[in-house]
Amino acid sequence: MSTDNPVSQYAVRLADDALILGHRLSEWCSRGPFLEEDLALSNVALDYIGRARMFYGYAAELSGDDRSEDDFAFLRDCRDFGNLLIHELPRGDFAFTMARQYLVDVHSVAFMTDLQSSTDATLAAIAGKAVKESNYHLRRSRDWMLRLGGGTEESHRRLQHAVDELWGFTPEMFEMDELEKSLAGQGVAVDVSRLQPAWDTEVRATLAAANMSIPEEDWQVSGGRQGKHTEWLGHLLSDLQFMQRAYPGLEW
Amino acid sequence: MTDNLSDQQLEQRETEFQQRIDAEEKIEPKDWMPEKYRQNLIRQMSQHAHSEVIGMQPEGNWITRAPTLHRKAILLAKVQDEGGHGLYLYSAAETLGISREELIASLHSGSAKYASIFNYPTLSWADIGAIGWLVDGAAICNQVSLQRTSYGPYSRGMVRICKEESFHQRQGYHIMMTLARGSAEQKEMAQDALNRFWWPSLMMFGPHDADSVHSAQSMKWKIKRQSNDELRQKFVDQSVKQAEVIELELPDPDLKWNEERGHYDFGEIDWEEFKRSMTGGGPCSRQRLAHNIQAHDDGAWVREAMRAYESKKREAKDQAVA
Ligand SMILES: [Fe+2]
Ligand SMILES: [Fe+2]
Repeated sequence: MSTDNPVSQYAVRLADDALILGHRLSEWCSRGPFLEEDLALSNVALDYIGRARMFYGYAAELSGDDRSEDDFAFLRDCRDFGNLLIHELPRGDFAFTMARQYLVDVHSVAFMTDLQSSTDATLAAIAGKAVKESNYHLRRSRDWMLRLGGGTEESHRRLQHAVDELWGFTPEMFEMDELEKSLAGQGVAVDVSRLQPAWDTEVRATLAAANMSIPEEDWQVSGGRQGKHTEWLGHLLSDLQFMQRAYPGLEW
Repeated sequence: MTDNLSDQQLEQRETEFQQRIDAEEKIEPKDWMPEKYRQNLIRQMSQHAHSEVIGMQPEGNWITRAPTLHRKAILLAKVQDEGGHGLYLYSAAETLGISREELIASLHSGSAKYASIFNYPTLSWADIGAIGWLVDGAAICNQVSLQRTSYGPYSRGMVRICKEESFHQRQGYHIMMTLARGSAEQKEMAQDALNRFWWPSLMMFGPHDADSVHSAQSMKWKIKRQSNDELRQKFVDQSVKQAEVIELELPDPDLKWNEERGHYDFGEIDWEEFKRSMTGGGPCSRQRLAHNIQAHDDGAWVREAMRAYESKKREAKDQAVA
């Protein structure tokens, strides 16, 4: 179910990022370390689900057929999902969830800030809403990096482990393929390759403040944008898409 | 609080307290209150708070599987609201001089209860509709009445909570309506959910007035404003009409309009099942508690880290000052 319009394809990627991470965050519901944090995680999940709906909605509009946001979310298989791999990794423990969130938040703030000046007015408007949310998410996730890094021996150990496990999934956030290069050339898409130096500086500063050591950069995995996913995504989709697959074509 | 009072003074205080209640004055945290009033409130409010929190599980069970993104967002927001209600209620209970840790510990030890309805499983998407419609509907009947409860913080909490509950009920009813008007399969799914959740919803109002241990005193202190049976009747009356509109059938052959009473008569609740479900024998009783304990235990290192970090920060600050 690929779609020809490049802007639509781009919007679907961004929607996939938001939906898949929102799904992972929503898995925390009723499982948070305390009630306030449980609610805060659901809140962030809700922001992402909302973001996914806006991007899918726009993609559907551009595609010009009668597809809806739900067709994009529920009726495509792994190979057609274009989210970055870091979003689909299982939620892990609280340190893993927060470390991922932090690494993604630093990226999102810069990304959405840039996308706000996209020549595509709709993408720019969605980014305007998203950047406010991501700024708030980042304040929270950065605080948790400091707390867990500077808390107890156990929290420090868990956070270091999480950062080590995530590190090789971060370079993918700055890769550009032909679609994005061409759209960036027209001022529609964000040139993510340019965001890397600032991301690196900021993340390293936070890791230092949280007494974390910087992981060895000797591995890296990517392929999400081309639909080459981890095995985790298929299981996520079988959960996410269960209803639409078991009872196709109905109103809910 | 009552340590230094003579019997006579105590009696005097209690009389004055009852006069304030009778005059519809709200009791505030710093006011004198009989120890039994305090205990009774802690029991009821903590049971209420635990119900909100445990209730996140059966509905949370469908967040990742909601059939559309729109339904997913609504359900996630709804479950989040319920957690928020739990939070208000824990805070309101804390004004009575008990900590949240103590409240949670008595939930985990089994000494504090929560609504037995949450010990039933959510097996299909329609169950999310049935819970919103019936369980939130029943909760509203209760909570509207509790807006006039005599304890100030509880009463104000209820006012705030009620505003959100009516949205919860509407979204649940809307799910049921959509299913009932959908395919044959969907309609069957809705009817099945109604069949399973109807009786447990009636049980939410508690035992008959005559069999309710705490009822008489709670009514006198105006902790409760309407009896279990009164509220249950109100709920039945409203649900009959709502079921008719969406052409689903309430699973009770004895349900019949009683002209004389001006209410619907309905069949007898299976009180043995109610007792079983309240005392750990509901289909999901053990699972619900284990889930909550697991989350609490898994979060222990996080809470510890937070405390350690705060105290390190304070120390550093103190040193900087010294
Ligand atoms: Fe509630
Ligand atoms: Fe509710």
